[in-house]
Amino acid sequence: MIENLDLGMVNWARAQFALTAMYHWLFVPLTLGISWIIAFFHTIYVRTGSEEWKRLTKFWMKLFGINFAIGVATGIIMEFEFGTNWSNYSWMVGDIFGAPLAIEGIVAFFLEATFFAVMFFGWNRVSKGFHLFATWMVAAGSNLSAVWILVANAWMQYPVGQAFNPDTARFEMQNFFEVAFSPYAVNKFTHATSSSMMLGAFFVISISSWYLLRGRHVLMAKRSIVVAACLGLVASIFTIFNGDESAYEIAQVQPMKLAAFEGLYEGQTNAGLVAFGVINRDKKVYDTQPAFHGFNIHIPGLLSLMANRSFNSFVPGMKDLVYGNAEHDVLGAVQKMELGRKAVASLDAYRQAKKAGDAAAAEVQLAAFDEHKEFLGYGYLNKPEEAVPPVALSFNAFHVMVFLGTLFPLIFIGYLYFSYKGTLERKKWLLGLGTITYILGMIASQAGWIVAEVGRQPWSIQGLLPVTIARTNLTSGTVQTTFFLFLVLFTLLLIAEISIMVKQINIGPEEN
Amino acid sequence: MIERLDYATLQHFWWLLCSVVGALFLAMTFVQGGQSLLWQMAKTRTEKDLIINSLGRKWELTFTTLVLFGGALFASFPKFYSTSFGGAYWVWILILFTFIVQAVSYEFRRKPWNIFGSLVYEGFLFLNGVVGILLIGAAVGTFYTGSNFQLDANNFVTWTHPFRGLEAALSPSVSSLFNIAVGLFLVFNARTLGAMYLVNNLELGEVPEMATRLRAACWQNLLLSLPFCLLIVASLLFMRGYGIVDAKGTIEIVSFKYLRNLLANPWLLVLLVAGLGLVIFGAWKTAKTTATRGIWYGGIGTVLIGLTVLLLPAYNNTAFYPSKVDLQSSLTIYNASSSPYTLKVMTYVALTIPFVLAYIAYTWRQMNRNKIGIEDTGDKAAY
Repeated sequence: MIENLDLGMVNWARAQFALTAMYHWLFVPLTLGISWIIAFFHTIYVRTGSEEWKRLTKFWMKLFGINFAIGVATGIIMEFEFGTNWSNYSWMVGDIFGAPLAIEGIVAFFLEATFFAVMFFGWNRVSKGFHLFATWMVAAGSNLSAVWILVANAWMQYPVGQAFNPDTARFEMQNFFEVAFSPYAVNKFTHATSSSMMLGAFFVISISSWYLLRGRHVLMAKRSIVVAACLGLVASIFTIFNGDESAYEIAQVQPMKLAAFEGLYEGQTNAGLVAFGVINRDKKVYDTQPAFHGFNIHIPGLLSLMANRSFNSFVPGMKDLVYGNAEHDVLGAVQKMELGRKAVASLDAYRQAKKAGDAAAAEVQLAAFDEHKEFLGYGYLNKPEEAVPPVALSFNAFHVMVFLGTLFPLIFIGYLYFSYKGTLERKKWLLGLGTITYILGMIASQAGWIVAEVGRQPWSIQGLLPVTIARTNLTSGTVQTTFFLFLVLFTLLLIAEISIMVKQINIGPEEN
Repeated sequence: MIERLDYATLQHFWWLLCSVVGALFLAMTFVQGGQSLLWQMAKTRTEKDLIINSLGRKWELTFTTLVLFGGALFASFPKFYSTSFGGAYWVWILILFTFIVQAVSYEFRRKPWNIFGSLVYEGFLFLNGVVGILLIGAAVGTFYTGSNFQLDANNFVTWTHPFRGLEAALSPSVSSLFNIAVGLFLVFNARTLGAMYLVNNLELGEVPEMATRLRAACWQNLLLSLPFCLLIVASLLFMRGYGIVDAKGTIEIVSFKYLRNLLANPWLLVLLVAGLGLVIFGAWKTAKTTATRGIWYGGIGTVLIGLTVLLLPAYNNTAFYPSKVDLQSSLTIYNASSSPYTLKVMTYVALTIPFVLAYIAYTWRQMNRNKIGIEDTGDKAAY
């Protein structure tokens, strides 16, 4: 199965997934975040009856709608892409992975789809109370759908609650609750939704700051900023905490990812976190080149603290994880591949014995397989160095995310402080920075996904299923064609979306 | 109770559930049917806006039902998901393409600075309404006529036709004719439903001329759909099928397989006849009387037809996704399903479906209490 592998196809399929996922993620966090903010605006309107708040709610709702439509358009391809480009994956883990996707459809998408129409068109059709309820349901539905897709993604990073069935040659679910409530999934959900809430707040702040700089819709802009900055501040602090929790989780279950995004080649006790450094792109795990070019700053012990909650703990580096480190009891990819190959061989022998009707031999082979099955995926790697993800990309993405993530609460504090003092309109520097915060937030958010997904390579399911096996049997030409099809289509739709959005922002809320 | 269900019962139940979702999707394609009628029915800008705003309040439900259909199949019959999507690549990519462009079109069509102009977005809606539904129909046709694939020992798919799925509609063969007939039936049925829905949902008094056109279109499209329907039914009565012939799951070609299935499950015949009767009655009521509630008959009728179309090739030991080139690679509800554990878990989840249907029905009633009139198209939030 490996011998006739078209690596070009696998890479194009990965590129296509990255393309469609990143496009989709341009719209999703805004939907997740701003839906709550709109629900707050709408609630204030219903409670005060003020026409000003109604106008404000309607304005943000309109922008939400434009964003939502393209989010749906880019989303449908994601679900079906698992089948079209990763069909072996769909078969091998569909028993586990399909469930959260179906649940997402049943419990979340219908909430969104049903109440979306009420939220937009219900102003004079349904009672005020039911209308407000619908707005909250859209927010709940959007975020519920995030729960399930993130459960599915978390399972790819940390495949719990499953077992390999040698008869069907696939992974099967053993415990749904382990899958749904895996600590990895909980962290992923809280990190993704709180950062999205922050992004929603930045969207409101960016546009409102632009209005303030131009002296337009001043009252609406100031009101919007206060609500958004309050929610944003809470969300940004929460994001830092659950981000730290995520890093701890990664250190426990994906030490290679952690080592890659910190550029840590040699394992260390009291390992330092890189505060500044230019990563050496040419370095390979087996050579002796330095990991960084020139000057770099490490904060001593912080990586150990983040990874193991103890300054003096040992954090394995990429070298340890590839070649092993007996002193610290780290099994390397070299050793895991050996065990994995044994698992693959026993599995083949088991199947042949079964086919031949030799029950006794089958039992022996199955026992041998069971002994090494946790390393099955490693049996399909060609060289141990393949276990290392792209280091420079992971490193840069992680540090961009962390740098921006640390800056964000300060921006919200700035907005709240000057709003409180009543001098916000005069702080042109802050408003200028404010107009681009949405872009900064989006960069951080996309970078986060790069860390998560690039850092998991070469696995589609961590340690169990490499991307080279997960693919569909397609030519690279076919996948290239659809790659460019989606690239062109999504780019055109994005241009239209931005253009419409800019026009609507320019028009602003309807004046009375 | 769910804990005690045996594997085969769960497999039957889940195929039934997927079929119900698929059949509901077909009924909801009144949205696509309406989209394909847009240019023909609306002669003025106001009429156009009315149609778009009426369908625009429902398109997402149809879309979501399709997504759920995919998701439910993934969870319950992953081998179908991997074989069909990975194998019949181009047919699915094209279907998806038409749904991607649909999703932005309502929102973007009338917005200033939309770059491409209203006509392009209306064209997208037309494409989705015609090509999208035609290809879905052709894909459903392959449940009967079979596809060109082989599965290896790991159940990994290899497609043996260079068109990768499009041969279902494009190869010069009898199977293609059948598949296209299914596609065209669905297209005309969707248009019949679309006309019925618009008659039901629009304030017809404001656009009497379009009302006449819609009622006439309803009847015309019904008449256009019937020959394809007859062709499909007649073929099914005589067609060979792919049956499971022994306990090991061996697949063989069985003559008159679908007729045998109908006779073994006569309730399917009842569903089919009742479904067709309801669609015809709904269309007649819409076209020949001043009634506006024809869509309910048409919609329920379509659900019943859809159920028959999806259950007939799967129940009674039949391969629902047969391979023409390697019979033993054919998929049945037994060899393509998830594990018993997953099916049980999903059955618990499915208990929430009545609740979901209830809130959809409640909201639908709330929103459809008043008809869509010209006033609604002037609202700033309107499409």
